[in-house]
Amino acid sequence: MTIREKQAALVDEFAFFDDWMDKYNHIIEMGKSLKPLSDQDKQEDLLVQGCQSKVWLKAEKQGNAVKFWADADAIIAKGIVAMLIDVFDEQPAADIAQAELGFIEEIGLKDHLSPTRANGLMSMIKQMKIYALAFA
Amino acid sequence: MAYDIDYIRSQFPILDQQVHGRPLVYLDNAATAQKPKAVVDAITHYYYNDNANVHRGVHTLSQRATDAMEAVREQVREHIGARESAEIIFTRGITDSINTVAFGMGALIKPHQNVVITALEHHSNIVPWQMLCERTGATLRYIPINEKGELVLHSLEEIIDEHTVMVAFNHISNSLGTINPVSTILARAKAVGACTLVDGAQSGPHAKVDVQEWDVDFFTLASHKMYGPTGLGVLYGKRERLEALPPYQGGGEMIATVTLEKSTYAEIPHKFEAGTPHIEGVIGFGAALKFVNSIGIEAIARHEAELLDYATESLSSIEGFRIIGTADHKASVLSFLVDGTHPYDLGVLLDQQGIAVRTGQHCTQPIMDQFCIAGTARASFAMYNTKEEIDLFKVALERAVNMLR
Repeated sequence: MTIREKQAALVDEFAFFDDWMDKYNHIIEMGKSLKPLSDQDKQEDLLVQGCQSKVWLKAEKQGNAVKFWADADAIIAKGIVAMLIDVFDEQPAADIAQAELGFIEEIGLKDHLSPTRANGLMSMIKQMKIYALAFA
Repeated sequence: MAYDIDYIRSQFPILDQQVHGRPLVYLDNAATAQKPKAVVDAITHYYYNDNANVHRGVHTLSQRATDAMEAVREQVREHIGARESAEIIFTRGITDSINTVAFGMGALIKPHQNVVITALEHHSNIVPWQMLCERTGATLRYIPINEKGELVLHSLEEIIDEHTVMVAFNHISNSLGTINPVSTILARAKAVGACTLVDGAQSGPHAKVDVQEWDVDFFTLASHKMYGPTGLGVLYGKRERLEALPPYQGGGEMIATVTLEKSTYAEIPHKFEAGTPHIEGVIGFGAALKFVNSIGIEAIARHEAELLDYATESLSSIEGFRIIGTADHKASVLSFLVDGTHPYDLGVLLDQQGIAVRTGQHCTQPIMDQFCIAGTARASFAMYNTKEEIDLFKVALERAVNMLR
């Protein structure tokens, strides 16, 4: 699936829930199913700057594509980074760098995050794009 | 007289709303309290009828605005038991109050001397003293805390010694709710001739304070934590201390004479009130004090103590619920963690259910470091909170915890 198709699939998934507590529950489940980073990997230099909770993001170039791993100390932050990984993982680096992420607004997540958390989300996206640019 | 909670709640229109489709339960009062109609009305009345710049004008509106502002100064004097209203300085808040004292002390302190604070302080009562010590070469010392979040006083006589020039500490901790043994610490400070400052940020809305009974040199209050407007604080200082303290900021209102070479300063309180003051804030604060006193601060404190006991007992039945700060004497602050959950996640899921709590370090990073935690979730109660709200809070917290584990 392309980045665009991945986003559409996520929007469909979230449309299934009417209540925001259920949507949050889904984010939490995504966070719980994201493979955790080893303690060794949880280094200062992998921390995403600008997040209220601690979010570690690791990336590796695999051919033209980028492989991502992430972890967070708070589970909602981990769920959010899991959504981003779902969209970006193993996609071509050039596509990640240029991608527009409409799904965040379509799901309504942006309106449901406090400004500091919305900034954290933007920082995660920026960090993933910086990795992609470096690998492109 | 019975505590008329329905009347009290009716005076706070903001409480009557839904957040994310649920009734708002506002439990972030230690950060800021909501404002009763009387406060909003006083500010509106001032702008509709009396607005003018104070102190300099001869015209009627200026006189009215000046009278209204000075009447509040007198009200604050009475509220905290100061000798004279000139000892009441209006500031921008507690941070500004403490910086005023810490800055002024720069001229009065020597490198071999020390300042004593506690490990229980808000950043606003840490950083100004660190800056003072960096500027002057003086040393900053701390009174430590135990695992319950209480001050440890057994080495008080070593910490506060003959080289101590200032002892500054809060009456009630904002992040743990600990009520500190003010008189014991003040007595030791006085024994060595040190100047004293008590930060009343959290005690203002919960406790009656008499500065003469304490015989404290400086005392601070924040209007917005006492149901008044934001942007206004009080610095009380004994006349002789304020007269010895150089002014913090220069400008209009604080001068007696100005030539291009040299200015002389006005008498207190104006010496410390450079620039046009926060006039409507002062007037709103006057209305807030009147409102609080009409309910009675002792009655409010009793109500809040009941809520704290009720919440402590009720929430403790949640598996893994852990209170951070279990001092024997506590005010209406409940800082907590739930095992297997992160406070930020709890904060988000509580908000989704209409419950407003604070999460994080509460501007007290050293306390969090001491407990080896990244932060807490904090519920704090005010005059308008109810047991029913705590029940809603508990149900919401249980749901959040179940989702997160």
